[in-house]
Amino acid sequence: MSGKRQTAITVNGVTENRAVEPRMHLIDYLREECGLTGAHAGCEHGVCGACTVRVDGDIVRGCLTLAVATDGRRVDTIEGLSDSGEIADLQQAFHEHNALQCGFCTPGMLMAAQDLVREMPDASREEIREYISGNYCRCTGYQAIVDAIEAVLKARKAKGAAPQALKVVK
Amino acid sequence: MNARAELPVSAPGTKTDTGYIGKSIPRANAKRLLQGRGAYTDDLRFPRLAHVVFFRSPHAHARIVSLDLSKARQSPGVIATFDGRAIAEYCTPWVAVLSHLKGLKSPAQYAVAIERACWQGEAVAAIIAETRAQAEDALQLIEVEWEELPALTDMELALDPATPVIHPDLGDNLCFHRDFTTEGVDDAFAHADVVVEDTFHFGRHTGVTLEGRTIVADYNPAQHSLTVYQGTQAPHMMQDIMSRHLNIPEANVRVVSKDVGGSFGIKVHVYPDEMATAAISVMLRRPVKFIADRLESFLTDIHAREHRVRTRLAATKEGKILAFEIDDLTGIGPYSVYPRTSGIEGNQVVNLTGGPYAHKEYRARLDVVFTNKNVTCQYRGVGHPIAVAVTEGIVDLAAQKLGMDPAEFRRRNLIPDDAYPYTFPSGLKFELLSHHQCLDKLLALMDYDKLRAEQAELRKQGVYRGIGLAAMIEVTNPSPAFYGVGGARISAQDGATLRLEPTGMVTVLVSVTEQGQGNDAVFAQIAATVLGITMEKVKVVTGDTEVTPYGGGTWASRGAGIGGEAVLQSAKVLKSNILDIAAAILSVDKGTLDITANEVYDKLTGATKMPLAEVGRVGYFRPDTLPMDFQSELTVTRHYTPRGYGFTFTNGIQASLVEVDPDTGFVKLLKHWVVEDCGTILNPMLVDEQMRGGIVQGIGGAMFEECLYSADGQMLNGSMADYLVPMAGEMPDMVIAHVESPTKTSELGAKGAGEAGTAGAPAAVMNAINDAMLPLNARVTSQPFTPEKILRALGKV
Repeated sequence: MSGKRQTAITVNGVTENRAVEPRMHLIDYLREECGLTGAHAGCEHGVCGACTVRVDGDIVRGCLTLAVATDGRRVDTIEGLSDSGEIADLQQAFHEHNALQCGFCTPGMLMAAQDLVREMPDASREEIREYISGNYCRCTGYQAIVDAIEAVLKARKAKGAAPQALKVVK
Repeated sequence: MNARAELPVSAPGTKTDTGYIGKSIPRANAKRLLQGRGAYTDDLRFPRLAHVVFFRSPHAHARIVSLDLSKARQSPGVIATFDGRAIAEYCTPWVAVLSHLKGLKSPAQYAVAIERACWQGEAVAAIIAETRAQAEDALQLIEVEWEELPALTDMELALDPATPVIHPDLGDNLCFHRDFTTEGVDDAFAHADVVVEDTFHFGRHTGVTLEGRTIVADYNPAQHSLTVYQGTQAPHMMQDIMSRHLNIPEANVRVVSKDVGGSFGIKVHVYPDEMATAAISVMLRRPVKFIADRLESFLTDIHAREHRVRTRLAATKEGKILAFEIDDLTGIGPYSVYPRTSGIEGNQVVNLTGGPYAHKEYRARLDVVFTNKNVTCQYRGVGHPIAVAVTEGIVDLAAQKLGMDPAEFRRRNLIPDDAYPYTFPSGLKFELLSHHQCLDKLLALMDYDKLRAEQAELRKQGVYRGIGLAAMIEVTNPSPAFYGVGGARISAQDGATLRLEPTGMVTVLVSVTEQGQGNDAVFAQIAATVLGITMEKVKVVTGDTEVTPYGGGTWASRGAGIGGEAVLQSAKVLKSNILDIAAAILSVDKGTLDITANEVYDKLTGATKMPLAEVGRVGYFRPDTLPMDFQSELTVTRHYTPRGYGFTFTNGIQASLVEVDPDTGFVKLLKHWVVEDCGTILNPMLVDEQMRGGIVQGIGGAMFEECLYSADGQMLNGSMADYLVPMAGEMPDMVIAHVESPTKTSELGAKGAGEAGTAGAPAAVMNAINDAMLPLNARVTSQPFTPEKILRALGKV
């Protein structure tokens, strides 16, 4: 309510100096304060994953994280990852496989997918399904999403790209 | 500096000679969504935006003795507070009836309840503040005294004379009743060798669109105009309703629906809180936003299903089905939902039960009753998941009693592929279906015989696998017979405007909306194919009543079939008009010219004559060089209404393979197959994933999802942590194949594909579970099939 706190949060590489209410969630901070509307509030209970963003390189639920808790830290959103080209291959694979319909879950899904691709380069189909089970999609049958992630895993491996190189230094 | 945008990925042989129709082309409009740069209603920004929240009844049925908003009004940031009476001065109530559902009755419903709340979650007051958080803070300060009234939550008791009537003015708790019978039903049952009967229960569930219902209403007092930004499937329907209930001229109401985060039928209805938001914008003369949070979504987004269906089937010992009989009871909450009514789902069950089969006799009874739970209305599949599960469940039981393989029993009874056009006992007319082709293809696709052998082998090892089949028909491309004839102001026709831009690009404006299915994409494919231009030259615009032609929008699996035909017809005329100009410029006979790859060419020599950009240049900037009596027409509008049949039916068959663990009651979904016939396939990749998404929603209702209520009408699982939505890890891989029987009611030949997955999956899964448990003498018929219900059926708990 009252008593805003001054924060300095590095959002997509740019430090944002803003006074925010202690009760404000990170998802609302990004959407309302920063105007970054890519991440969405879906369930407000940390279940659906539509609000997934990265804090210091780890994916978190924007609806369960208080904005003030990220003071002094680095937050990355779908807009940042799109502009840097970090997930260009995932985005292209999602596009080619039609791994999205309404697109509301997609930014969060891509965040989780990128995390999976970095953490589990050898993931099987079952492991992909398990890993993205924290991100709900109500439109697709999930199959196209699994197909798209599987394709990227294969492609990155074939390229010998070092996924770790992309990992944000904490 | 941005990199040069890549051209869209195109099908092989991009030169459009074979066209884009039928090719798996990625959706151009998906790119912005992949970058988080979509424009959902909550993403839009408005100066002086106010936020409204609603104070909702904590009781299922209660009278408002007193309501004091004064303390809330004083809370920081609060702009205004209103009760139902204040809002009713700006928004008239509605009554959701349709004249072709004879006898359907419902009381007047207000945007915000006056005097009485009839379900937990019904809005009784509104608070408007500078921020959503401030408005929610003030909610705590509302003081209200309630007088609790008896809550009717068990639909089986609704028509009991001892049960209090929810709306005394209506006389009883019956919203709608229908009887249907053919003449020989009693005779068929009397002379049948085999009669089987069972009762099927369907739990309440809801759509759970990831984006909650969202509306921003922006009233401009200077011109008495209202702009509504809303995630909706039917912008023109909403324009009409806003106009009539807020008393603003129709032309002054604009409804804009940009990106929509899932609909599934949830966003095609009139919601009281959304009407109130529009009224409040008029009252406050500024933009006002309402977003249903997740709890509000569970309490107020329409629910669906909650049916109890008793059914009987009569057959000969040779395995010929003679008759079906059903008795359907459904509880719809305290109001029929405006403007489509809550009688349609039950009516569909009556119309569609037994749908794939060639029996001649049929009897159905339907009772639609009021209860004090949230309202129900049309959600993806609308009656189909019930009709298909009842039909296929009782068909399997009959096969079992006859000792006949379920696939063989279906083969003997499916309507023959050469019997069309065909009139079904319930009166429905089928233009052209392909049940037998689909069945044959499915059995081959899944290697049915091998699976049966494997199943028998595994049973010896104590592994209980089951195979379930579900044949089905589906209502698509509805004619005015669905709503218009009953008096609902819902357009059955749609339109497309195509405009050649001076640079040779084509803008396509369509009244059908995009909700993620890919309507925009297939409209572009159709336009490009007909016009002979490449995909990147086409831009599609939908979802704005001020811009597109008038139309119905997206529902009842109608978008691609109806909107697509309008695009096709419009494109044909535009092409002809383009060639008129080219012929005039070249002083040649128009018949010698055609268009390909964005250029006009000579059909005889194949020589390129001019690019479309040249046609645009002359048509717009140098018409003085054309003959005196020549007027170019480079903007064309055409419309399409399905006629001839009430609905363009599709058909298909699904199969599910499951494994039941008799110790835990858990069901593992191993695989799912579908062979479906939606006529001309416009984009196989989009159709297939649409089908899979539908299957997953059907599986959700069959296995996980239920809106649970306590006996006194309190919803018990109003969060996504408690209400289970299917996750990736629980879903099987799904194999999709097609038979193509184009409809002749349109040149395009496309039927709908949006709901077939949801329609058939519950029945297939149910039959698979029961097939698995057959050796254990257990059977389940009450959805969702939770581990608890399965253990009960097995006698384990």
